[in-house]
Amino acid sequence: MNYDHIINPVVVDIPPSGIRRFFDIAADMKDCISLGVGEPDFVTPWNIREAGINSLKNGVTCYTSNSGLTELRELCCRYYKERFGTDYSTGQCIMTVGASEGIDLAMRMLITPGDEVLVPEPSYVSYMPCVRLAGGVAVPIRATSDNGFKITAEEIKRALTPRTKAFILPFPNNPTGGIMNREELSEMSKALIGTDVVVVSDEIYAELTYGGTHCAFASIPDMYDRTITINGFSKAFAMTGWRLGYVLAPEPMLKQMLKIHQFTILCASTTSQMAAIEALKHGFETNFADVLSMRREYNRRRNFVVRQFNDMGLDCFEPLGAFYAFPSIKKTGMNSETFCTRLLRERKVAVVPGTAFGDSGEGFVRCAYATSMDNLIEACKRIKEFVNSL
Amino acid sequence: MERSLAMEILDILAQDARTPAAIIAQMLNTNEETVKAEIKRLEDEKILLRYSTIINEEKTESESTIHALIEVKVTPQYRQGYDAIAEQISRYPEVRACYLMSGSYDFMVLVDGPNLRNVSQFVTEKLSVLNGVVSTGTHFVLRKYKDNHVVMPLSRDDYRQVVTP
Repeated sequence: MNYDHIINPVVVDIPPSGIRRFFDIAADMKDCISLGVGEPDFVTPWNIREAGINSLKNGVTCYTSNSGLTELRELCCRYYKERFGTDYSTGQCIMTVGASEGIDLAMRMLITPGDEVLVPEPSYVSYMPCVRLAGGVAVPIRATSDNGFKITAEEIKRALTPRTKAFILPFPNNPTGGIMNREELSEMSKALIGTDVVVVSDEIYAELTYGGTHCAFASIPDMYDRTITINGFSKAFAMTGWRLGYVLAPEPMLKQMLKIHQFTILCASTTSQMAAIEALKHGFETNFADVLSMRREYNRRRNFVVRQFNDMGLDCFEPLGAFYAFPSIKKTGMNSETFCTRLLRERKVAVVPGTAFGDSGEGFVRCAYATSMDNLIEACKRIKEFVNSL
Repeated sequence: MERSLAMEILDILAQDARTPAAIIAQMLNTNEETVKAEIKRLEDEKILLRYSTIINEEKTESESTIHALIEVKVTPQYRQGYDAIAEQISRYPEVRACYLMSGSYDFMVLVDGPNLRNVSQFVTEKLSVLNGVVSTGTHFVLRKYKDNHVVMPLSRDDYRQVVTP
């Protein structure tokens, strides 16, 4: 067999995730502290786990409807209404296998071969491959640390062409921790007026916004009809392994996405959906106290690491979202890749090179502070020693 | 909703009482002196009473300690209600905690002792003969599975992979 002629060149051309290599080195290393983990260090709250277990005990082991349990979709819509002031009806919601599936659904629903999709950089590793696998062309918009890695109307206007189909809006951002508030989003949205560009707003870190409330892009005036909102349970409820997300969108787009979902996935995990009902129900009953205490805990760690990086001379802008700090390592004279490799080998601290999230991540490293204070204290001590030894 | 500095500090110390003031300051985006002054105020005002430990006694070498929960029914005293008798009970060093309860009895008294006999003696010779005590019911602790929010033995592992997207 000559596989070269068999395998789709689009797939072959997609480089493997830049994170993978560090994982391989770090996984075998003893006493390694990892700031490379992009998921909460909290375990899913017990009441949510119990709801999942009980659903299994009660024999709820069948498929759900393609779009997901009606009760859960109602709760998701209520959640968006009450938390972020955006109106969606149950018929505008699909439960997906993580927010990641939502990205893929949106891309496959929108893209015809050669269509362009604007993808801010640095950003989550999946966007670019999803665009390309759907036959599209990813057009990067390079964000800079000067303005906190935000995207401006000017930058969008410069990137727009007649072939621009969509724009992925990744805030709060992985890896930078940058956010965009209501005013900034309103200002940016002006570049889209008069176009048919669809905005795919990935709001998976919405609950992890510090010192303010997340602004849902669909709530910006005149943007609702062009917005596909993507969210999930991984970050807000520490449910990464449950693989459950949801897509909210105007019905004409949602109906088409549902077909793709129906024929490829059928439905999201029933156990996870049952657990998610408890997550939201309990959330409404307690005014999301668990989410609040989790955010409060992250916020302290965030303050700590940002202060530490700045004190050791690695400039770090204040990340107002997610659980990442994105300090600049330019002063060390090394590139991101070398810095991370040497830090890992010499001081056993794993951080992820900014370049794993696009070329414009060069000169930065991503440090996830979703780990214990003890780990953060020790990791910062080691990074400081490393920087001082250069 | 912003919380007071005091509440934030108490929250951090409740999780780890050994957290240094310098670290707390960085976690709360303030300076060390402010944190130290606030902790001193909390101590002075008897809000922060003690920095204690949670020990898994089963794993220690020392002779095990016996714990008992004792339900106590009393006759409230004229003009003093429950306070006078509660104070009397609380003075005994064997008593770790004493709570006034709603329900079928009045006080829940937590007693520690080196052995069964010692705790029984305390109940029969000291507690039940106090003026105003009507009856007692003693429950010995057989095993601690969870104490102060800590599940014993502490077995939480981090199942996450080392690096994830």
